[in-house]
Amino acid sequence: MKSLRDQLDNKIKPHFEKGGKLEKLHSLYDAIDTFLYVPSATSKSGVHIHDASDTKRTMSLVILALVPALLFGMYNVGYQHYQAIGEVPVLWNCFLFGLLAILPKIVVSYVVGLGIEIIIAQIKGHEVQEGFLVSGMLIPMIVPVDLPLWMLAVATAFAVVFAKEVFGGTGYNIFNVALVARAFLFFAYPSKMTGEHVFVRAENSFGVGDANIVDGITQTVDAFSGATPLSQIETATGNSVTLVDVTGHVLTYWDMFLGLIPGSIGETSKLAILIGAIIMILFGVASWKTMVSVFVGGMATALLINQFAVNAVMQITPLEHILLGGFAFGAVFMATDPVTSARTESGKWVYGFLIGVIAVLIRVFNPGYPEGMMLAILFMNAFAPLIDYVVVGQNIKRRMRRVSQKTDKSV
Amino acid sequence: MPKYIKIKKGLNIPIEGDAPEVIVGSVKPSIVKIVPDDFPCLIPKVDVKVGDRVNAGTPVMHDKRNEQLVFVSPVSGTVVSVTRGEKRRLLDITIEADEEIQRDVFDISSIQGDSAEEIKSKLLKAGLWPFIKQRPYDIIADPNSSPRDIFISGFSSVPLAPSYDFIIDKEPLVFQKGIDTLSKLTSGKIYLGVSPNTKSIALLDAKNVEVCEFEGPHPAGNIGVQINSINPVNKGETVWTITAPDVLMIGRFLLKGYVDFTRLIAYTGSEAVKKGYYSVVIGSKLDHLFDANVTRGAALRYISGNVLTGKQIDKDGSLHFYDSQVTVIPEGDDKHDFIGWASPGLNKKYSAGSTYLSKLVSLLKPNKKYRLDARLMGGRRAIIMSNEYDKVFPLDILPEQLIKATITYNVDKMEQLGIYEVAPEDFALCEFVDTSKLEIQKEIREGLNKLKKEME
Repeated sequence: MKSLRDQLDNKIKPHFEKGGKLEKLHSLYDAIDTFLYVPSATSKSGVHIHDASDTKRTMSLVILALVPALLFGMYNVGYQHYQAIGEVPVLWNCFLFGLLAILPKIVVSYVVGLGIEIIIAQIKGHEVQEGFLVSGMLIPMIVPVDLPLWMLAVATAFAVVFAKEVFGGTGYNIFNVALVARAFLFFAYPSKMTGEHVFVRAENSFGVGDANIVDGITQTVDAFSGATPLSQIETATGNSVTLVDVTGHVLTYWDMFLGLIPGSIGETSKLAILIGAIIMILFGVASWKTMVSVFVGGMATALLINQFAVNAVMQITPLEHILLGGFAFGAVFMATDPVTSARTESGKWVYGFLIGVIAVLIRVFNPGYPEGMMLAILFMNAFAPLIDYVVVGQNIKRRMRRVSQKTDKSV
Repeated sequence: MPKYIKIKKGLNIPIEGDAPEVIVGSVKPSIVKIVPDDFPCLIPKVDVKVGDRVNAGTPVMHDKRNEQLVFVSPVSGTVVSVTRGEKRRLLDITIEADEEIQRDVFDISSIQGDSAEEIKSKLLKAGLWPFIKQRPYDIIADPNSSPRDIFISGFSSVPLAPSYDFIIDKEPLVFQKGIDTLSKLTSGKIYLGVSPNTKSIALLDAKNVEVCEFEGPHPAGNIGVQINSINPVNKGETVWTITAPDVLMIGRFLLKGYVDFTRLIAYTGSEAVKKGYYSVVIGSKLDHLFDANVTRGAALRYISGNVLTGKQIDKDGSLHFYDSQVTVIPEGDDKHDFIGWASPGLNKKYSAGSTYLSKLVSLLKPNKKYRLDARLMGGRRAIIMSNEYDKVFPLDILPEQLIKATITYNVDKMEQLGIYEVAPEDFALCEFVDTSKLEIQKEIREGLNKLKKEME
């Protein structure tokens, strides 16, 4: 390892320093160098020792927490595919199919996002910040598998530039970057973001998983429908709805929890999300308060609506609400984004609770949107500073009261 | 029974290098420096020229805004340099000490029946006043203010803290004399904070004070925390603060009639060899202390004070005014930690959070200590994580919001959020745990300085 360090310091680094041949790529070099080696810069003022934890560490732990959901997402993409074309889903085939379907998305998201970050870091002359490591992983996980790569690229670029960099970069953004990317796609290319055809890929991925093709049309099994449970509910007529998987089997709570159902790549398995949540809470990189309050808010609202149910949508049980769609994924990985969430501890309770409430309200009462989580979180992102303002105001009030009590006493 | 207060939030950093409670030796003062930077907001005016002879107790500089406030030489000798930096800012006054210290003798008679004014003028004249600090601003107390209360910190909870018990026990009568004197300076109360580990009778049974016991992790020993939990400072109020070892300075002066700025300091840190207590005159060059008394090999960082709030000094640097501790740790700039952010961090890394497995280790081996160096362990970022500061900040103040208000210099918000109650040292742990590696103490100090200027 020592020789690599020497190589970097003596042979490679000088080219990227001011005046070097590759000066314009300094940010890129710096990002790679600090990735390989923890910077050995020592403190210049203030405390002489520092905690070993830094943003790289925290961000990589969030990514670690995303891995179970990502791996399961890969498997599920393959599973849905083989079910749709009427073949028996075999573990490794499913996984391979999913990997080939998802990996390009991850690559595109990172290349576009990090590329922009590196360019901006170079222009501004600061270090590349780690925030996008998480956003870049989240974006592919919250889109349908059949979303074209170029759309993903456009959305990622839009989100990084207009949701983050214009505000000053990581730590300054108001809205969750990954969700802005998704919102951009949702409103710009709605046909690729919702409906029966986007969440299950029937065609092959790079030649793997070929289906029968008759007259140029991919053949699926007879009962096939790629509608997610939420859109089944949304389009239901009459007073009740029976949720089914792609081949028409009735879904149980257990199926919804395990997640072998159509949906955005990372959102379907609540088990994998639960593992992720446990990882983040154990490592202390996400707020359990926010997570819990989102679930409480959503379930409480659903329970309330159930009391006045007049149609199928209003009858969805609290448990179904949190097990379906992106509710759990949003609660665990999106609502807890420390930058866009409320920053005060009591504020987090309110913030999370209202996300849950609004997500369910949108699902139930807005006929156009089967899923409400994305808009709920973005909406509360906008209100998080207001929540903090009120909480901080309470602290100030208490402080002021202290003064007035004193003056009362002395009078 | 003393009043008991439990401090819940905070952090004891498990760092190697505690000093055993033994006196190892003394450092004979040869070169002594008076450094104005030890006193925030001071505008120093030099009273001596190079070549002048001074005695211990002779003024060498004073505050431009208050001529009464003088700073005296702790030794007798010759002024060898008056160093100035950019814009002629005074950096230090250096005095070469005599073999035998000659001391100016001050009139301390009739101290028994003295009024507050008389005591003040005596302490001011002999250069003892700078030991008394004040909140707001954490600066030398304004002698013309009347403090609501005076707070004495009777223990230190900083990493590798010197034992005030051990220091005070050497001079119990002097300590009581100091307290008696201070008690005449306020119409309010004098509080003395002690810890459950305090054994010294001089502290526990001190007269003329209200003893309060603080239990909990660092910063339980910080005077700011103690004030905040006993009786917080509000806008318009002033309290004075002093540490127990500095009370000794005042007591000694009033018993002997001359200045004796000798401190018993703890020599600590993983790289210090003969750890323990040394007697050192304030301002003395410490090269004799460090000579053959530090580990060899890697680059070292010498600190006057503790690892959280101390000042970095050179190997021939001097003991700063308020410090009862000197620490030596590895600099660490020669270490290159390959993909360190991804390592499990079982053994060598210490984090207060749970992101490294050292958390697990600390549960299994609660007494494990770490050899921490001066690396930042990451890059500077904007504030990203929330609730990091809160966990180590026991004051009834929202630390992140106050820090942000201070960085943006929003005076209204700073006042509302409690800037008058805090000192930079109260934020030291926030700075330590900060994953964004911000210079929080520096920001707070600059904010306080600016605010002080604006309020004048």
